Formats: sequence, structure tokens, C-alpha cells
Amino acid sequence: MSSTFDTVANIIAETCDIPRETITPESHAIDDLGIDSLDFLDIAFAIDKAFGIKMPLEQWTQEVNEGKATTAQYFVLKNLAARIDELVAAKGA
Amino acid sequence: MRLEYFQLIDRIVEINRTEQTIRTEAIVPKENTIFEGHFPGFPLMPGVLLTEAMAQTSGWLLVALNNFKRMPFLAGVTEAKFRDFVRPGDVLSLTAKLVHDGSGFAITEAKAERGGKPVCSATLKFRVVDFPSAQTAQYMKDFAEQIQYPAELLA
Repeated sequence: MSSTFDTVANIIAETCDIPRETITPESHAIDDLGIDSLDFLDIAFAIDKAFGIKMPLEQWTQEVNEGKATTAQYFVLKNLAARIDELVAAKGA
Repeated sequence: MRLEYFQLIDRIVEINRTEQTIRTEAIVPKENTIFEGHFPGFPLMPGVLLTEAMAQTSGWLLVALNNFKRMPFLAGVTEAKFRDFVRPGDVLSLTAKLVHDGSGFAITEAKAERGGKPVCSATLKFRVVDFPSAQTAQYMKDFAEQIQYPAELLA
């Protein structure tokens, strides 16, 4: 699995005190790991810093609320890692 | 400070949007019912209110950086330190700096000094959202004028 996933999983494990071995690419941050929106802000802060990006959480939330996207597209960790890779690539373009 | 109204900041001294910093002033009242209980014979400004003063200082910075279009709400406090007693009549100089501008949230570092010596500091986390109502937005603008929020920054 990508190093992006590993970085994200390590951040989640450290930030939310979740055993690292229970965090997999298929884990849903909300449904499986039980991370709430306030804890996710800490994760977002750490991810933003680690990758030098600004994750568009508000846009993602709006898309989910409007039914244009599912939470899985952004919060299943392999998908989150892919979104991060896209943001990093866009930053370097 | 008007503690009864939870207005902890008396005056905005400076907002620097380029540096993403703010400086405010707050004068602890000489008399208040809070000091009757906290503590008899040894009146002290409670640490939780010092934290609120740092949060409000940070809040005005975030209001300015969002062009008065969004409102910050305190969501977390970490690394809070209270280094010295703050007593009735003390004049505090508070500063805050934006540490991270996230999507819908922000992190600041804030501190207060008295006579150039630090009395407290904290790292603060805020949710930053649209003003919940027109009434709230108007209240904030009116109050901003009272505490000398820079007129050129008022949208």
C-alpha cells in the first residue's frame, strides 16, 4: 500500500489513540474507526501539515450532504489517500 | 473586560493581515462578583477566563482574515499554560498568530503578557463557519466598532 496511506494511518493512530494494526486501507474513518468530526479536525491539521496541502473538507462535506458523493469516497482510507495524492499532485503542477 | 457579558477584550490595538497576527488589550476589572468566590482574600482572574480572552483575541483575528464573512467558534484548547497570577486591575496585552488555515477550521497560538512578562499561553482550535444568523453578524459588527476593530477591515 502507498506511503500516503501509511502516513495517514500513523497520524490517525497517534491522534486518536487507535491501535495502528486495526487501521487498514479498507477502514472507514467514521463508520469503522469511530472518528468524530472534532477529532477529524486534528487529523486534517496533521495531514495538511504532513503533505503541505489544504484538504477541502468543507467541499467534501457539502458534496456528501447534497448527495453528490458518498462518505466512502472521502473517508475510506485508501480513497482518502488517493484524494491526498491528487491534491499533492495538483499543488506541484 | 465586561465579564457579565463575557466580553473579555476591551480594545483591538492592531491587526496585521499580512503577518496574520493581532494584538488586543484587556483590563481586568477591579471589582466583580467572581472575585468574591475566586478567592476570598486573594482575588484571582480564573484561568478559564484567561483562556477565553486568548480565544476572543484569536477570534477577532480570524474574523479579519475571513473578511468578516465567517465566524470562528472555539473547538479545542491544547498546551494551555498559566504562568503567573492575574489580579484585579491588571492590564493585559494579548497577541495571537494564525498557525494553520484549514478548510472550515483554524489553529492559533495566543498569549497574554502583563508589563512585558508572559502570564499565559495556549494553542487554540476553531471551527470557522458562516455567521449563524444576520442578527449575530450585526451584533459582531456593532461590537467590533466598540472595541476599535480597524474601520478599513469592516466589510
